Amino acid sequence: MSRVINPGGHLLSAGEVAAWRARMPAAFGPSVAARLWRWLGAAGFLAWLVGTLWWFDVSPQRLLNGLNGLGVIVRLMIPPSPGEQWVEILQGLAESLAMAFLGTAIAATVAIPLGFLGARNVASSVIFRFSLRRVFDGMRGVDQLIWALAYVRAVGLGPLAGVLAIATADIAVLAKLYAEAIENAEKRQAEGIAAAGGSPTLVMRFGILPQVAPIMLGHALYFFESNARSASILGVVGAGGIGLQIAERIRVRNWDEVAFIIILMVVMVMAIDWLSQRLRRRLIGGR
Amino acid sequence: MSGRMGLAADRGAAAAAAVAQAEAAFQALRRQRRLATLLGAGIFLACLLTAGWVSEFHPATLWAGLPRIGEYFSRVAPSLEWGKLFAGVETEGSLAFWMYRLDAWGLLLFETAQMAALATLMGAVVGLLLAFPAARNLGLPGWMSEAARRLLEATRTVPEIVFALIFVWAFGVGALAGILAIALHTAGALGKLFADAMENIEMRPWEGVRASGGSWFQACRYAVLPAAAPDLLSYAMLRFEINLRSASVIGFVGAGGIGEELYKVISFNYYEEISAIIVLVILAVVCIDLLSEKLRRRVIEAVS
Repeated sequence: MSRVINPGGHLLSAGEVAAWRARMPAAFGPSVAARLWRWLGAAGFLAWLVGTLWWFDVSPQRLLNGLNGLGVIVRLMIPPSPGEQWVEILQGLAESLAMAFLGTAIAATVAIPLGFLGARNVASSVIFRFSLRRVFDGMRGVDQLIWALAYVRAVGLGPLAGVLAIATADIAVLAKLYAEAIENAEKRQAEGIAAAGGSPTLVMRFGILPQVAPIMLGHALYFFESNARSASILGVVGAGGIGLQIAERIRVRNWDEVAFIIILMVVMVMAIDWLSQRLRRRLIGGR
Repeated sequence: MSGRMGLAADRGAAAAAAVAQAEAAFQALRRQRRLATLLGAGIFLACLLTAGWVSEFHPATLWAGLPRIGEYFSRVAPSLEWGKLFAGVETEGSLAFWMYRLDAWGLLLFETAQMAALATLMGAVVGLLLAFPAARNLGLPGWMSEAARRLLEATRTVPEIVFALIFVWAFGVGALAGILAIALHTAGALGKLFADAMENIEMRPWEGVRASGGSWFQACRYAVLPAAAPDLLSYAMLRFEINLRSASVIGFVGAGGIGEELYKVISFNYYEEISAIIVLVILAVVCIDLLSEKLRRRVIEAVS
């Protein structure tokens, strides 16, 4: 069976096949070494998988028990019910939305001057810009939940901590995006203002800002969408909003109310996405 | 002569009229624009005030809170001293004193990274399995892709922390609940990206496999997967970085990893340990960002 038909139609002898194999080893499949590496890679992966599963104490028995428990929870979730304190739930939802809006608005406002300071074509000092960007990077690496937990310790339980957490976590990212937008702005308009005798402030106001304002607004709207999602969970650590409601209800195992809140959260996120998409299209797509 | 002059005057008058008309149109447009801007600003201001009222964001509370925020963060900041920076663990003001539990935190960080890796793997596998029915170009009935897409959307929209809160009840406190929560959210996020990547492939290999008698599964294996593999791998690796961040906070609700330690440290106000752990988490995230960037490039080159 070692005979192979070549495109010409006649059979190749075993010797010819061997000769071809010597000339073009890659055409006969991966080499022994490559195959060995592949097997080694697969074995290493399997070893890692088994090792981690063992380390995390994942056994079929445990998974089965957990799935059973999950099944019970899901059965208790149906039908979802608003419960008796549905006013509180709606209040929590409004609080989450307000936190997201206010946090994004604060971050977007503070980020504008920072973005100008961080942009290469506006700020000329390299050391200042470099250190500012490193500070941005560091702030960006800290998750919103960590900020929320810290602010709860600093200013107490409640939505104020959530607003501050959202604002702090977003200032850095927005400032970076703004700085990039400013760097990418067309230079001619700024040069025109400067040539006509405009001061640096006037150059920024009439040369750069009109170009970057729609981009900045678009970024801010994106962040509002994303914050509407995250503001709904900040309450888990005590920073106000619907997260507090859901955490409380999970603690006392009112699963039908938990399901109701999850559905409300999903509906709110979808509504915000839809609204912000339309708004963005009107603000930016129209040009 | 007079006729000519009259003509010139006429022309001048016509030009002036045209200029006046244009000016009027410009002013009207400007008024309209200004009105729209004012209206937008008014709506925005109203929203802002409502939001401030609902979230109890009063200037007075903020003003009272500012000094406390400053005090808190200055306490969290490590008290390092230049002269003693590299002194031993016993010297106050040294790096070693600040990071005095580096071994335990390092192990927790490693555990967190393993949680993220396992969750990404599980989420990617589930997402891949759901992406085939969710892709609209593989000849499956429309209701099937619609159902798969809705399912992916549902798991994607619910935050990991909410899944984790529920899973902690079902699977018990520990890393398993966190892994499953992140994996479920990841499956939704990656499944959609995978399905979109599959919809963008060249359809000729698919037709070739089908025309030569290959089954639907064989066509998926030999036509869709090789074409989409670079995209799929790149998405999965990007997701790993995102999951590392979520795995570092999912411990806040008792679902394992360094988040549990961080929660404890913040709750008990062990000020300097807070900054030590946060700096370690940031370092780990940055390292893995750089590492996975390189790995991603190499793997994608090898695959494509």
